[in-house]
Amino acid sequence: MKGLFIISALGILAMLAEIFKFKKLLYPIVLVGILGAYAANFMEWGQNNMSIPMFNNMIHFNDMSLAFSGVILVTAFFWFILANDYFEEDHVTDHFALVLFALVGALMLTSFRNMTTLFLGVEILSIPMYVLAASRKRDLASNEAGFKYLIMGSFASGFLLFGIALIYGATGSFDLMAIRAFISHANGDLPAFFYAGVLMVLIAMCFKVSAAPFHFWAPDVYEGSPTVITALMSTIVKTAAFAAFMQLFVIVFGGISEIWSMVLAVIIALSLIVSNITAATQQSVKRMLAYSSISHAAFMLMAILAHTKSFASINAILYYSLAYSIGSISAFTVLYNVSKAKGSSNIEAFNGLGKRHPFMAACMVVAMLSLAGIPVTAGFFAKYFVFTVMIGTTFKWLIMLAILTSAVGVYYYFKVIIAMYFKQEDSHEEVKMETSHLLLLVLTSLFTIALGVVPNYLIEIFSN
Amino acid sequence: MLVGLLIIVPLIASLLVFFTKGNTSRTVALGLSVAEFILSLVVLFQYKHNPDNANLILNCAWVESLGIHFAVSVDALSILMVLLTTFLVPLIILSSFNTEYEKPNSFYGLILLMQMALVGVFTANDGFLFYVFWELALIPIYFICLLWGGENRGRITFKFFVYTLFGSLFMLVGLIYLYNHTGFETGIKSWAVTDLYQAGKSLTLNQQSFVFWSIFLAFGIKMPIFPLHTWQPDTYVNAPTQGTMLLSGIMLKMGTFGLIKWLLPFTPLALAEWGWLAIGLSVFGIFYASCIAIVQKDYKRLIAYSSIAHVGLIAAGILSANQQGIQGAVMQMLAHGVNVVGLFLIADILMRHTGTREMEKLGGIRNMNGNFAVLFLIVMLGSVALPLTNGFVGEFLLINGVYQYGAWVAAFAGLTVILGAVYMLRSYQAIMLGERRDSAIAFGSLASSDKWVLYIICFVIIAFGVYPKPLNDLAEEGTKAILTYIK
Repeated sequence: MKGLFIISALGILAMLAEIFKFKKLLYPIVLVGILGAYAANFMEWGQNNMSIPMFNNMIHFNDMSLAFSGVILVTAFFWFILANDYFEEDHVTDHFALVLFALVGALMLTSFRNMTTLFLGVEILSIPMYVLAASRKRDLASNEAGFKYLIMGSFASGFLLFGIALIYGATGSFDLMAIRAFISHANGDLPAFFYAGVLMVLIAMCFKVSAAPFHFWAPDVYEGSPTVITALMSTIVKTAAFAAFMQLFVIVFGGISEIWSMVLAVIIALSLIVSNITAATQQSVKRMLAYSSISHAAFMLMAILAHTKSFASINAILYYSLAYSIGSISAFTVLYNVSKAKGSSNIEAFNGLGKRHPFMAACMVVAMLSLAGIPVTAGFFAKYFVFTVMIGTTFKWLIMLAILTSAVGVYYYFKVIIAMYFKQEDSHEEVKMETSHLLLLVLTSLFTIALGVVPNYLIEIFSN
Repeated sequence: MLVGLLIIVPLIASLLVFFTKGNTSRTVALGLSVAEFILSLVVLFQYKHNPDNANLILNCAWVESLGIHFAVSVDALSILMVLLTTFLVPLIILSSFNTEYEKPNSFYGLILLMQMALVGVFTANDGFLFYVFWELALIPIYFICLLWGGENRGRITFKFFVYTLFGSLFMLVGLIYLYNHTGFETGIKSWAVTDLYQAGKSLTLNQQSFVFWSIFLAFGIKMPIFPLHTWQPDTYVNAPTQGTMLLSGIMLKMGTFGLIKWLLPFTPLALAEWGWLAIGLSVFGIFYASCIAIVQKDYKRLIAYSSIAHVGLIAAGILSANQQGIQGAVMQMLAHGVNVVGLFLIADILMRHTGTREMEKLGGIRNMNGNFAVLFLIVMLGSVALPLTNGFVGEFLLINGVYQYGAWVAAFAGLTVILGAVYMLRSYQAIMLGERRDSAIAFGSLASSDKWVLYIICFVIIAFGVYPKPLNDLAEEGTKAILTYIK
């Protein structure tokens, strides 16, 4: 919970920087601040019995919330290294403040214990993201992205509010544990509008994690936004949304899963099919990563579907979001540098990268292998954990579908590898990379492989 | 610990080779792979001396909380497969000495990396570890085919990769399913192969059928068995010769070895229920591939189809699940591995010396190079399984085993021995005998490295054809051990 305070303070500090003229210092301050927040987060770890709910039981950082906060903060740290250019253009302090407040929202989503804090978290996370998506003011695509994101996001928020209202109407409480207790006492004797409320919350959350058929905003928004903001959306925003999703559906609504599990299964199936098939036909790597993020969302949703193994599926989601975030940051770092040099994020821009910049290409291979789920990378264990929890359920057909579509997934991830090593380069713009990005790639690639070779350290941390 | 070295040595070797430059890399790679062969011979002698030697088992925790162990060990069956691997890899490296590859350090590094994964597959005693090695073997061969392959390599290699990955994911699901059923008494789940065997036996027929088909799919694609074979001919033809040798000589045996150790003992009920279908597909595949092989014009493609035919018989023998069938399969795996490497080398020599593999454009080479004609003849006869060559023992036992399963199946499978002789002898006749074609005139003499590889292969073909007892004893022992789990 100290982490939440530190990040909030950093956000306010960022706004003050414009007035008190220490803009130049802001970048190091933020990096140190995030590390501090992570350290604070880490110190609170393992005191499950001592941690107390705050603000009248609105927020409660237990170990599960801390674990998800840790994933978000680590990713945020990596992301800030990736995005150093972004904070050298104009509106530096605004950008900092917006990103930091989005982080505050993300941390709230890991720790909410009340429907109102859920809504607050979603909004605090989303509103800065709408602005950030449109932050390249003079670019038409960026404006379109921001506008689309705003419209679709507000629509989803509307669903969420409506759902919360219906649930409140049935149970008389916003408190998650009270709702959970209500469900278990009611023994199935619940009013129909309560179920409608649950389904509306489900739909709203599917909007937020961009699962099909609520994914239509994602590709355009991902493509139009500045690349670093796309990286932010597909990692931190996604992890936070899944933390909330899981909290709601594994812990609170787990008792009435017969209502939503079939709906969710269909959503997963659609996401798997639509995302993978569309991703395979994309020319733009950025857009391909957008569609692939939908497919990864479907995998994480499978772990939610297998909610009866609550502990194992929480573990699976946590591991998956970490593996996916790290792999994505890696991929986006390479994509950012390539598209900056070549002026395009199409697959052709990667041609011949293996010869020209072997190190960058090798890191991209690691990232692609991890996203495709090949051993011994983090992505493989992530998929493995999801399969392990799913096999015990009645939805075996979904596993089959996931395997079929994973094979398609390999097709588009490997397209990048083939382009890098096999195609001839057609233009001669030098791809350069800053030392900080180089270090970032080393870190993320090592992390990806370490997670794949010795996952036990993390599993043991998570299993507390 | 010794068995751990078997896996670590190729890994270190491949890292070393990655850091060499130019022609030194192939010399270093050859030297290190020979060292690995010697190491595997030491393991063999240790095993012969005392099968329960502590040196032959390595078991340390990898992911303790999930019951995943880095457990490898050597038994009669796996030592044979390891020997095949460590014997063939130096030959494969030696056979490349007359071809200049770009970036030789990566090429040989990948071959050695692949050797590490293959040895891992054959020695793994933990289901999860087996899967990881299985997938690891795929990555080096993918890059070998992609970077050094022929035309269209992008598309073809990709098809191969997706096919096999698809199969292995199903295998992963099957294995996880078994894993979830382990440890009912103790409450501790385990990936150890013997625990998985027990878990498999506790399942009902429907559950076993699910496991059987999901794992069979992976092995069936790898071997490949009809109708999962469509990736194979294109990949074999387009891969660089050494890649083809790795694929057909060793990697194919991952599938058949997998059938023996990682499928049959899991699902005895499903095998009884569905064996007819799996055997039917295998046997039909033999017939089908032989017929296609007969009409091939490209010699390398002909060998690719002949490989499908051979592996079909091996699979049928294994699936008939009796002593003769499995033992014959093991013998045939060894023989086929050696012979097919010889055949692909011959195809490569033809390509290098005459510029073509089209049999219509070849002819009369025997008059130009009698030495080569004899070597080719021996390899070809080994592959047709003439008595006194290494192919004979395996094929005899296989047909015997299949006969015990069903006389009609055996009749059908036996038909293919004749078809095999047809396409092999005809191709020999077309290439070596007859009127001398223009392409043959400049054939010249063989390079010494090619000659040595063929000498060694021919020696093995004849030596183990005349005296197969040492291999046969090990195969028998390994088969008996597996059969105790099946029965």
